[in-house]
Amino acid sequence: MSEARVDDLVAGVLDGEHRALARAITKIENREPGYRDLVSALHAHTGDAEVIGVTGSPGAGKSTLVDKLAKRYRDRGLTVGVVAVDPSSPYSGGAVLGDRIRMASNVGDMDVFFRSMSARGQLGGLSTATADAITALDAFGKDRIIVETVGAGQNEVDVVRTADTVVVLVQPGSGDDVQMLKAGILEIGDVFVVNKADMDGAATTVSDLREMLHMRDGSPASAGAAGHHGMGSMADGDDDVAEDSADDWDPVVVETVATENTGVEDLIDALDDHYAHLRETGELDRRERARYAEGIRQLLRSDTADLLEDEIARHGGMDALVDAVQAREADPYTVADRILDPLADCVDRRRE
Amino acid sequence: MSTGQEQRTIRCLVAKVGLDGHDRGAHVIARAFRDAGFEVIYSGLHRAPEEIVQAAVQEDVDVLGISILSGAHNTLVPKVIEGLKEYGAFEDTLVLVGGIVPDEDRDDLKDAGVAEVFGPGTPMQETIDFVRENVQR
Repeated sequence: MSEARVDDLVAGVLDGEHRALARAITKIENREPGYRDLVSALHAHTGDAEVIGVTGSPGAGKSTLVDKLAKRYRDRGLTVGVVAVDPSSPYSGGAVLGDRIRMASNVGDMDVFFRSMSARGQLGGLSTATADAITALDAFGKDRIIVETVGAGQNEVDVVRTADTVVVLVQPGSGDDVQMLKAGILEIGDVFVVNKADMDGAATTVSDLREMLHMRDGSPASAGAAGHHGMGSMADGDDDVAEDSADDWDPVVVETVATENTGVEDLIDALDDHYAHLRETGELDRRERARYAEGIRQLLRSDTADLLEDEIARHGGMDALVDAVQAREADPYTVADRILDPLADCVDRRRE
Repeated sequence: MSTGQEQRTIRCLVAKVGLDGHDRGAHVIARAFRDAGFEVIYSGLHRAPEEIVQAAVQEDVDVLGISILSGAHNTLVPKVIEGLKEYGAFEDTLVLVGGIVPDEDRDDLKDAGVAEVFGPGTPMQETIDFVRENVQR
């Protein structure tokens, strides 16, 4: 695709053309030539959207809740973008992207731009592609952008971290309290939603969650950070926690029944509160900085990985290198040095 | 710079338009497309032409497969195609129709812009091959 096409796409996106936005996201997803120029050009026009990440186990009701959330935002006169990420088959690479089917409340409303994305088996690349898609939606002028993903692994944790506010959906009866102690998505939530709150066991899940969140505030993590205090300072530890928590966000638990449209307003209030908190404490800025730092690192890692792939090919390919190691003619460290040394030399020379 | 990424993923929307309440066939084709390595978005039952257009435009699909059993293809399919044209999405979307379509209606559908009509009993591979050979861009 020529440079002119990128300019056209950028102009189209900034003009609010749906087709241009759709094409821009495709280009980003496919990593088509020119996608970097595209994202670069759009970046200058971003920063106004509020980004909400929604995750939770399959069947927790994420899509239905996102649909109702989008509807409420629309009722308030806000425009909405949704990126829904579904897994792809490890065998065929194919995917059935099934979330759109539940967007019934926003049918025919082009101001809800819903886009399905597949994980495409990319390690780490998914969060970059999602972040770039958010850039396109933000530049297009969406007020709220919702990123929805199945909370099934570390990959998804990375994806929801592209959001300002992370919502974790929990199913009633989804395990005992030890389940909630495990590391993972429960640690990243700013707002927790017990959806299907009309189900048996919902009350228990809510109280388990509240207890878990209380423990999270109260500390292993903050004690770890303040570890140099040692055991002796346990007594004044409480004061530390109290001081911190003036600035810390206490995660909220909201109960919803998305199919009945119950509790959605409470969720929006919680999201607004969290965003206000982010702004007041400077955390919004801090999170954005952390996101950009991670984004830059991710790009550098994947670009150097590509560079290294080319070098490996120049050395006769991975098979040849492995042959030498297996025949005990070389060892992995020597091989790595052999490939990397010229690059390091080059960098050294350019630096001067 | 990177190698082996030239083969891009084909995106399809499998759509049920109108009143039929039966989508076994659409499920089967969605699954077959997935297994062929395509990304498939399924619309769900009872969609209006505008909804299909909205989905096809936003998802930027390469292929739109419309499944119709009700006999309403002559009114519904042209409406979808008109909608795609409105958004400038018709030129690069391969429109297919599957389901029950009488022989005498096929030419009219093709004149309206449908690339191919697949009737009952079409081998799945034939449809997949057709998509691979005819997809735009």
